[in-house]
Amino acid sequence: MRIAAPLWGMVQRFYFPLLILGAAALMMIGHVNGGAVEQARTRVTDAVSPVLNVMSRPAASVADGLEYFRQLVDLHDENARLREENSRLRQWEQAALRLDAENRSLRSLLSFKPDPAARVVTGRVVGDPGGAFVRTVVVTIGERDGVARGQAVMSGQGLVGRIVQVGDWSSRVLLITDLNARIPVVLESSRQRAMLAGDNSDHPLLTYLPPNSEVTPGERVFTSGHGGLFPPGLPVGIVEIGVGGKPRVVPMADLSRLEHVQVVDFGTVGGVAAEATQPGAMK
Amino acid sequence: MAGGLFNQLDQTARNLVPFTVTVLAMLVGMVPLPLPGYAMVTVPFMLMCLFYWVIHRPDLLRPLVVFAIGLLQDLIGGTPIGSTSMVLIMAYWLLITQRRFFLGRSFVMLWIGFALVATGAAAVQWSVFALMTASLLDARPVLVQALMGVALFPLMAWLLQRLHRAYLS
Repeated sequence: MRIAAPLWGMVQRFYFPLLILGAAALMMIGHVNGGAVEQARTRVTDAVSPVLNVMSRPAASVADGLEYFRQLVDLHDENARLREENSRLRQWEQAALRLDAENRSLRSLLSFKPDPAARVVTGRVVGDPGGAFVRTVVVTIGERDGVARGQAVMSGQGLVGRIVQVGDWSSRVLLITDLNARIPVVLESSRQRAMLAGDNSDHPLLTYLPPNSEVTPGERVFTSGHGGLFPPGLPVGIVEIGVGGKPRVVPMADLSRLEHVQVVDFGTVGGVAAEATQPGAMK
Repeated sequence: MAGGLFNQLDQTARNLVPFTVTVLAMLVGMVPLPLPGYAMVTVPFMLMCLFYWVIHRPDLLRPLVVFAIGLLQDLIGGTPIGSTSMVLIMAYWLLITQRRFFLGRSFVMLWIGFALVATGAAAVQWSVFALMTASLLDARPVLVQALMGVALFPLMAWLLQRLHRAYLS
């Protein structure tokens, strides 16, 4: 052991620089060899998600309790608003029924082939572990529930993100606000196509709009289905003009209080999407 | 003889307290709270634990263990692998060289020390991400994170001190 002593001394002396170098090397490896890191991520997340599941329950209960009291305060106003909304929706229901019947009869005339019905799996959000610069959440459903990489994730109101990593019983969702999220969208009334690009802020940017195109605040934004990753027509959000006149989108789903999300399987994924769902999308 | 074995087990369990507490702090930091903007500015509980234990019992929280905890955080968090380890190890290095200065000082000095470390950690974290994405990112989330850490440090320090006194003295 005497021979090793000087060597050991060297290691001791440069212990911290060596560890920092090690961390830097790991970052490089993660950058170059995404697949292996991805595997490790999947395994570790799978192992930890039951623990997170248990730990997130009390937080959720406390939040529910607070929400309950908050709702008690404006119960009366809320009731009036809902009554008003209900009567409005009833009118819409009539319109929808009429249109549905008309639509069906027209489809039968054209022998239109409808899209296959989507299959939905609902999971609980148990962690948002990314910290300051990564917008992801971990949900309690995985491969054995039929979740696959690239599938769209919705909350009640709109698109939340897409599945980027699938374990046996947990998966990771890349939110639409993440720096790496890019979603082809279309504006509702102008039919203008654009790319929704997350920039870690709460309201992602609308990019690749033609310079002369007019964007009206309040217009609704849907997925366009280009690239084949998402089916067309999923509601995403509402246009707003942000600071500096840049068009941004306010997501319909409240991403800061996700409790349950639905993973939607619309059938096969192909085209450019195949590339997008490859490992390495989340380095 | 059985008593000896029990003592040994007891001692081992006690010695594992800093490690367990730090890992727990990491997991607590990952629990989603339905507060607007919370996911962005998660309180750096882990950094607080590191600060406390490196100053008071560095023998029970070795650099290599801290490195591994950082790695675990990166694997679960989806952050670039090794980035959290780097932040934690740099903080460890700074703390272990300044340990004598902090020991036996007043609480206010500890608090100021933590504020410095939290700011430094935020700066390193920001630089790593800015380098990785090759763009000037908004630094506000990490700064708010550091501020939250500083604001909650007294509470956490009190909790850790209770644990320290109860199991390790």
